[in-house]
Amino acid sequence: MLYLSLVLVFILSYSFYFYGKKRALSLKFKKNENLSSLPDYYGYYVVLLVFFPAIIIWFFLLLFKSNFQEMFVMSPVLFPDVATWSSGKFGLIMNKISNLSMIVNLSEIDLTVGDKSILKMASESEIIAAKNLANFDKIYGWSNLTLFIILPVLLGFLATKSISGKLNAQPIVEKIISYVIKGSSYIAIFITFGIFFSLVFEAINFFRYVNFMDFFFNTAWNPNRAFVINASEGFDQEALKEAFGFVPLLTGTLLIASVAMLVAVPLGLLTAIYLAEYASSKVRDIAKPIIEILAGIPTVVYGFFAALSLAPFIKDVGEGVGLPVSAESALAAGLAMGVMIIPFVSSLSDDVIKAVPQSLREGSYAIGATKSETIKKVILPAALAGIMGSFLLAISRAIGETMIVVMAASLRANLTFNPLEPATTITTQIVTSLIGDVEFDNPKTLVAFALGLTLFVMTLILNIAAITIVKKYREKYE
Amino acid sequence: MSSLEKRLAAEKRFKFYGMFAMTLSLFFVLILMYKIFSTGSGAFVRTTINADVYFDPNFIEVSSNSSKKEIMKASYVDLADQVINQNHPGLDEENFIKVREMYTRKFDYQLRDYIANNPNVIGKTVNLDISASSDLDQIVKGNYPRNVPEAQRKINDYQLSILDSLDSKGKMSKTFNFWFFTNGDSRDPETAGILGALMGSFYALLICFSFAFPIGLLASVYLEEFVKPGKITDIIEVNINNLAAVPSIVYGLLGLGMLIGVFGMPYQVPLVGGLVLGFMTLPTIIIASRASLRGVPPSIREGALAVGATKMQTVFHHVIPLSLPGTLTGTIIGMAQALGETAPLLLIGMVAFVMEIPGGAFDPATGLPSQIYLWSESAERGFLEKTSAGIMLLLSFLIIMNTVAVLIRRKLEVKW
Repeated sequence: MLYLSLVLVFILSYSFYFYGKKRALSLKFKKNENLSSLPDYYGYYVVLLVFFPAIIIWFFLLLFKSNFQEMFVMSPVLFPDVATWSSGKFGLIMNKISNLSMIVNLSEIDLTVGDKSILKMASESEIIAAKNLANFDKIYGWSNLTLFIILPVLLGFLATKSISGKLNAQPIVEKIISYVIKGSSYIAIFITFGIFFSLVFEAINFFRYVNFMDFFFNTAWNPNRAFVINASEGFDQEALKEAFGFVPLLTGTLLIASVAMLVAVPLGLLTAIYLAEYASSKVRDIAKPIIEILAGIPTVVYGFFAALSLAPFIKDVGEGVGLPVSAESALAAGLAMGVMIIPFVSSLSDDVIKAVPQSLREGSYAIGATKSETIKKVILPAALAGIMGSFLLAISRAIGETMIVVMAASLRANLTFNPLEPATTITTQIVTSLIGDVEFDNPKTLVAFALGLTLFVMTLILNIAAITIVKKYREKYE
Repeated sequence: MSSLEKRLAAEKRFKFYGMFAMTLSLFFVLILMYKIFSTGSGAFVRTTINADVYFDPNFIEVSSNSSKKEIMKASYVDLADQVINQNHPGLDEENFIKVREMYTRKFDYQLRDYIANNPNVIGKTVNLDISASSDLDQIVKGNYPRNVPEAQRKINDYQLSILDSLDSKGKMSKTFNFWFFTNGDSRDPETAGILGALMGSFYALLICFSFAFPIGLLASVYLEEFVKPGKITDIIEVNINNLAAVPSIVYGLLGLGMLIGVFGMPYQVPLVGGLVLGFMTLPTIIIASRASLRGVPPSIREGALAVGATKMQTVFHHVIPLSLPGTLTGTIIGMAQALGETAPLLLIGMVAFVMEIPGGAFDPATGLPSQIYLWSESAERGFLEKTSAGIMLLLSFLIIMNTVAVLIRRKLEVKW
C-alpha cells in the first residue's frame, strides 16, 4: 500500500503538469493575459508544489511507521496507565502482543475455544491490541492511500488556482530546484555526521561501563565475561576491567593485514611494473581486466574460499612439514585478503607509473641504462610517493575488511605475532558482538561502536594521508 | 661474466619476476573460479527416487472438492508414510525410519503441492519422482565416500543396500533442481532455495537506487555546475573522497545506530539494508557523475547560454542528458558493489533464517551475499554445494551488471 501511494504521488503530480500548463494556456488564449513565463513552467510550478510536500509527508509516514504502530496498539483507551509504564515494561508488553498477533490468526479465532494456553495468559485488552496489531498494516495502508489521493489533488488545485499571468513561474521553479540540488550535495556531509555521531554517541555509552585506559591498554579480550553479572548489583567492575582489552584485537588486525600486504605488495607492484613497462598492448588489454575481476569479487567469496580450501590446505602443508598450524590461522585469512588487495595495489601503481613523464625514461636510456635499471633507479623513485599512497589505501582496505576475517579468522583473541596461530580482528569482533542482538544496554554490544569508532579513525587517517600524498605527487608532474 | 652480461641477466630476471607476478595473479582468478564452479555445479541437479504414488483417500484429510486453502492447510505426513510403505513392502519399524530418511523430509509438502495443482488425483495412482534426502543425494553424486566404515557415513549399510536395489531397478534419476531458484531458505539442503535472498537483494537494491541515483546526480550537478570553488565545496569534496574509502562495516554500524536505533526502523528488512547500501554507493555515483559532467565541453554550455537559456535550462536541457551515460555507468558499477556487500547486512540483521519469500522492502529478508554467508556456516555437505551455487549466481549478476555498464559506456557515451 505504501508503495502504491508512492506511485500515486508520482502519477498525480505528473498529471498536474498538464493541468497547470493547460490553465496557463487558457489564460493566454481565452482571457488574453500576458504570461510572464513559458507555459511549461506553470506546469512545473504546479508539479513541484504538489510533489515535494507529498513526498516529504510520504517519507515521514514511512520512517515513523513503527512509532504510529506503537501508538495505535498501545492506545490509552486499552491501557489507561500506559503513560506511566517504564520503557522495559512497555517493550515487554509490546513483545507479548506482537507474539500473540503472530501465533494465531486472531481475526478468525473464537476466543472461547482454540489454544487457550496462549490466550489465557493475555488480558482482554492485550488480545484486542494484538488484533489491532494484526490489522494495523491494512488500516495504515488504506489511510495512507486515501491521504495520498486527497493531498496531491488538493495541493494541485490550490496551486493551479494561484496561477495568473502576473505570476512569474520560471524563477520560482528554478529557485526550488536550486535548493533541492544544494540540499542533495549536503547529504554527503550529513552521512559523515551521521556516522560520526552514531559511533561517538554509543562509544561514550560504552566508556561509561569500561574505563578508557582499560579498553586501550588491556591485553585480555573476553567479552563474555561481561555476562557474569548480577542484575541487581550491576556489572562486576573487576570482570569488566579484564573483559575488554583492545590490544589483542589490534595485533590480530595488524598481523592479518601484514600477511595480506606481504602478498599484495610484491605481486601487485611487479604486476603493475610488468603491465606498464614490458607487456605488449595485447597482453595488457587481456590481463588488466582479468586481474581487476579480483577486485570485483565480493569479499564473502574470498572468505568462503579461505575457510573452505585455503585454511585446510595450509594446515595439511604445515602438518606435512611438522609445524602445528591452527585451522583458523591468521595466515589463511591474510593470504586470501592479500589476493583480494592485489588489484588495488596494481591498478593504482600502474596509474602512477604511467604518469611518470616519458622524458625521464628516455634520459635514462640515453645514458645506456637497461630497462630494469631505468625502472629501479629512475621510475620507481619518481613514482615512490604515489606508490606509497596506493600502499596506504591498501592497508586501510585490509584493516577494514570484514567478511574474509569473519569467515576464516578466529573468534578467540590471541596476543601473538605468529601467523600460524589463530588471531581475531577488530571487524570480526564488531560482527560477533552485534549479530542478532540490538539491545544497546550492555557493554557487550556497545563495545562494537567503540571498536567501530577506532576503526573509522584509523582508516580515516590512512585515507587522508594517502589522498594527500597522491595529490601532491600528481601536482609534481602536471 | 662481464659486467654487461650481468646487467643483461639482471634485466632478464627482472622481466621474469614481473611476468611471474602477473601470471600468479591470473592464476588466482582461475583457481578461485575453478573451485567455486566445481563445488557449485552439483547444486543445480537433484537426485530423485521414482515411485508409484497412490493418493489413498483414507490417508488424505481433504477431498477433490476442497478449496485450495484447505488443501494447503491439511497434513500429508500419513500419506507420505503410506507411500513409502507401498513402495518398500514389509518394513519393520526400525527399517521404516531408515528408509524414510532416504526421502526428503519435506516429502509431505511435495505431495501437498501436487494435490493442490491436480485436485482430481485423489484416489488415483501416479508415477512421481520424489526428491531424495540431501545425504542420499550427496552419496549418489559421489561427494560422500562409500567405502568407509559405517560409523563414519551419514548413510548406513541398510540404506545403501536399498539404494543399490533401487538403482538396479532404474528408479534413481537426476533432475534439474528448479527448487534452488523457486524456494526460500530451508533447514534441509535439498529444498533450500535462493529466491528469498534474491528478492531481498532486489528490494534492497531498488531502495539503494532510488536513494542514491537522484541524490548523487543532483549533488554532482551542484558541485560541478553551480557552486564556485570555496571552503564549503572543499569540505564536501574531501568528505566524499573519504566516504568512498570508509570500511563497509562502519556503514553497517551507521544503519544500526542511526536508522534502527534512533529512527526506530525495523530490524532485518531490505528497507534499512537498501538505505545503508545507498549511503555507501552515493560517493561512487557522485565521483563518476562529476567526471562525466566535466567531460561535457564548455562549448555546449556557452552555446545554450548564447541563445538565451538560463543556467538551469542549460544544465538540465543540455549538460545532464549528455553526461547521463557516464553517470549511469558509475551507478551500475556502484550498485554491483552494493550487491556484493555483506558486512552491513550482517549488522542490520539481514542474516536470519527466513523461509518466506519477502514481498516487499518491509518484510524480513536476507540478501544474496548474506545468504551465502549463512549457508557457508552450515556444516552439512549439501549446503556447501548451495553456497558455491549461490556464489555462482551472485557472480553472474555482477558480470551482467558490469557488462551492461560497459555497453552503456560504449554505445551511448559521446566522445568529443
